[in-house]
Amino acid sequence: MDAFAYANPATLSEATALLASSLYDAQVLAGGTDLISLMKDYLLTPATVVNIKNIKELGGVAKGPGGLRIGATATFDELASSAVVKTEYPAIHAAVTGLTSPQLRNMGTAGGDLCQWPRCWYFRNGYGILAMKDGKSLVPGGENKYHGIFGGPAYFVSPSSLGPALIALGAKVTLANAAGKRTVDAAKFFVAPKDETTRGIDLQAGEILTEIVVPPAAGKNATYEIREREAMDWPLATASVCLKMSGGKVASAKVVLGHVGPVPVDSAKAAEFLAGKSIDEATAEQAGAAAVEGAKPLSQNGYKVQLAKVAVKRALLAVGKA
Amino acid sequence: MKDLKDPTQSTTGETPGKGFSRRGFLRGVGVSSGALTAGVLQNEAEAAETVNESANVSGPGEVPVTLTINGKAMKVSVEPRATLLDTLRNKLDLTAAKRVCDRGTCGACTVIMNGKAVYACTVLAIDAQGKQIQTLEGLSANGKPHPVSQAFVNNDAQQCGYCTPGFVVATKNFLDHNPNPTEEQVKQGLGGNLCRCGTYMGIRKAALEAAKTMGGGKNA
Repeated sequence: MDAFAYANPATLSEATALLASSLYDAQVLAGGTDLISLMKDYLLTPATVVNIKNIKELGGVAKGPGGLRIGATATFDELASSAVVKTEYPAIHAAVTGLTSPQLRNMGTAGGDLCQWPRCWYFRNGYGILAMKDGKSLVPGGENKYHGIFGGPAYFVSPSSLGPALIALGAKVTLANAAGKRTVDAAKFFVAPKDETTRGIDLQAGEILTEIVVPPAAGKNATYEIREREAMDWPLATASVCLKMSGGKVASAKVVLGHVGPVPVDSAKAAEFLAGKSIDEATAEQAGAAAVEGAKPLSQNGYKVQLAKVAVKRALLAVGKA
Repeated sequence: MKDLKDPTQSTTGETPGKGFSRRGFLRGVGVSSGALTAGVLQNEAEAAETVNESANVSGPGEVPVTLTINGKAMKVSVEPRATLLDTLRNKLDLTAAKRVCDRGTCGACTVIMNGKAVYACTVLAIDAQGKQIQTLEGLSANGKPHPVSQAFVNNDAQQCGYCTPGFVVATKNFLDHNPNPTEEQVKQGLGGNLCRCGTYMGIRKAALEAAKTMGGGKNA
């Protein structure tokens, strides 16, 4: 890891001022579970690291009239122990507790989860976000077991645990820079990169993610994650669903897949299919099939199509039971 | 190897990590011209100085840091890039926490910070100031092993032993928060630590035994 200066601002304006100046060439430090490893591997070499954990306004998990406010530096542990999250936003609770390492839950933050860099091993070994070598992506002809089935030109999978649930719940993300704040839909925060200048999220230079606001739950919601091992593992495929019901039938649905593409995949086809139906084993299964329509698996990850299908089915059945 | 950027070299011409001061930083900025005009840089540098003062910028050279470890305040001089783990092991002679993966994955470096288990390899020492840090060294009292350590011995919960300090600290912290765990909860609660020898069965038994000796274990 290269040497860097450490800034410990107490206010958001101090932090954004540091990020605004190119002289600082700064990176934001919250839980550090991604940034510190990236710096150890020289993938990020900031001149200044700006700790935002001591900025009080960026913390906390609280329910207000506008819904649930999750501060950027709220840890996964805080989210896991929030009673409101558990009862009203089970989709978020499942995504948070799916991160099974207590240490990572104690350290990792909500903002950091959204802003982490891809875990793609080509990226982590210095081949960039598109994993290019000699003008060609290394992924389709390489080791792509854990890559996307909705990819191209970027084949990594969005590593965010919260992303699919937040999109299913219609959450908004607030970003601040020295000039002010802007709010984007969680669905638009994730952007599939087309070249090496973007990184998969709509976080511009000089910006800090400050908070996530999840509107009052529009309906019953759930997340189902599938992993290779029980503990300490990234999901292979996840599905977050949110259903507005009316008289036992689905009035409107959101079905979002995670870990299958460079951004969470919001499936309009599955949502359309579910409208007007009641949830049973057969409709849940067909919705799963609709969600993976158009998937383009690579040489080693065809299995992910089946897992994503099953994740949708099980998430829907979990909602049906609740 | 990729081209390693040196954040201090570009602005000050000084060796990274040594003698980098705000003054040197500004002086360096003032004399480098390059593509930008010196005037613009001077303005930015002045703005930077204001930010530096208000936002409490330190380093990248060594800075004095006070860490509260096992109840004792310990003063040490570290660069901001120094992790808590390397500081414990290399500067404070507290070597129980082990450096294994060094990427926040294996749990061998587990310490307790403000009552929560964390990976010391992924915490900056400078960031750990003002927090109560507990390491394996601080668990035993009056020359007696901590009940968790004793339970690990009783249940043969180690083979090569390299992951053991991390597991003992993680187990202690887990039992602090869950005094009456079921075996399934132990399995989940120790999910942040890896043992390549595969001694998980013994470790889980040890955790359940320690829960009992510590006055809990009612669901075991």
